[in-house]
Amino acid sequence: MGELAQYLVTGVGLGCAYALTGSGLVVIYRVTRVVNFAQGSFAVLGALTVTTLLAAGLPHGVAEGLGVLLAGLVGVLVGVVATGKPGTTPQAGLIVTLGLGVFAYAVEIFFWGDQPRSFPGLPGAVGGIQTHYLLIIGVTAVVLGATALLFARTDLGRALTATAADPYAARAVGIDVVRMGLFAFAVGGALGGLAGVLITPVQQVSFDSDVALVVSGFSAAILGNLTRPGLTLVGGLLLGVVQALVGGYLSTAYQSEVALIFMLVVLIARAGRRDLVEAA
Amino acid sequence: MIEARDLVVRYGAATALDGVSVSVRAGEMVALIGANGAGKTTLVNTVCGILRPAAGELRTSGRLALVPEGRHLFGPLTVDDNLRLGAWRDRKNRDTGHIYQLLPELVPLRKQVAGRLSGGQQQMVALGRALMGRPDVLVIDEMSLGLAPRVVENLAGHLRQRHAEGLAVLLIEQNARLALDLCSRAYVLEAGRVVAEGPSAELAGSTEVATAYLGLES
Repeated sequence: MGELAQYLVTGVGLGCAYALTGSGLVVIYRVTRVVNFAQGSFAVLGALTVTTLLAAGLPHGVAEGLGVLLAGLVGVLVGVVATGKPGTTPQAGLIVTLGLGVFAYAVEIFFWGDQPRSFPGLPGAVGGIQTHYLLIIGVTAVVLGATALLFARTDLGRALTATAADPYAARAVGIDVVRMGLFAFAVGGALGGLAGVLITPVQQVSFDSDVALVVSGFSAAILGNLTRPGLTLVGGLLLGVVQALVGGYLSTAYQSEVALIFMLVVLIARAGRRDLVEAA
Repeated sequence: MIEARDLVVRYGAATALDGVSVSVRAGEMVALIGANGAGKTTLVNTVCGILRPAAGELRTSGRLALVPEGRHLFGPLTVDDNLRLGAWRDRKNRDTGHIYQLLPELVPLRKQVAGRLSGGQQQMVALGRALMGRPDVLVIDEMSLGLAPRVVENLAGHLRQRHAEGLAVLLIEQNARLALDLCSRAYVLEAGRVVAEGPSAELAGSTEVATAYLGLES
């Protein structure tokens, strides 16, 4: 398999992790209007938990599933602290999630230390492509497809969209908007956890890996204005591929800058469009 | 159905309702009229459990549904999805078929996104969404606001029909003429207090009430 193809597959795999992280941000933002800066911590917590569970002898699959479940539960906890008190504004919620993300460092260092960790993924290769990358792509496709179906085809998904669209009317028809917000945090936490669990076998994770993930996930989500999952997926894949190409042909030192530049370009482009609208 | 006594509702230091008493009995159609800022929507939100009174007594019985001021539809969802969510509390009765029979104007709109409908169409969807919960009492906040007279008449016709079938209605309106025409009894709210109440015909005939509070010519 050629060098370029290798970079592309690696990039798509990496992009899937960004898309999952970004989709978690989107689900939470759509329902609660909170930009969750603790999103990267879900990935790190999920991944580090799996390293411990595997070391304790749990089989693959079960350990990863429990890691994702724990991330979902931590998501609910973050949601309770950030949005549970009636009258908490999304801006206050954002600052709370930022604080909780920093607090997560202390918890992670306490339990797992400050050294990077990893665990083995799916072994082998198909046509020169590492099988684990195919697993990342396949699982991401299934999970994001299921999330899209949840929102489009179920009453729970409609209620989540309704809560995001008009919390007052949602309350008037009997929807518990706080509970909907917590459910969104649970889904966001699980998506973040899944990103961490999937990526760790090909990229070591440590307590501060959340920054790179959340910056890339946020860059992906901002392409869809933090509300459109489809564009978040496109943004994540694009970012992953560009990062892989930059890392492969230039230097891995520039990879993290790619996400920041991507985010800046999208934000500046959007700001320009808003100015045009306002001017009109 | 609805029995509110001496309700007091405050927003911080400001008193929005100051000892308000209103009642709606089974099968009754009652109007609550008053100018902007009189406290009508605060009363609606209190009756519907969205606001908590600082003092007073509130008793409701039967199923209560709200058509809020400004429609408040779920814009990104279709008309049919909006209707389904009207029965959110009643998981087993989310079939929207009976609403299309009651409000046939909604049939061609069922797959359309609610946020792109006209004001009149949106008000019809809001009414359908409220009826989805098969309520015993319907609270409608500013039904006619911003709508053409022909649309208002159509909505009023539907309301009369539902009322004839036994639905109790609390109609909150700035359009006093419409409210008094539709309802048998009315309350007049001003600055958070009930300043007049009684049979609609009596209120409409009272020169003092009509000129001071209802904007009607004597």
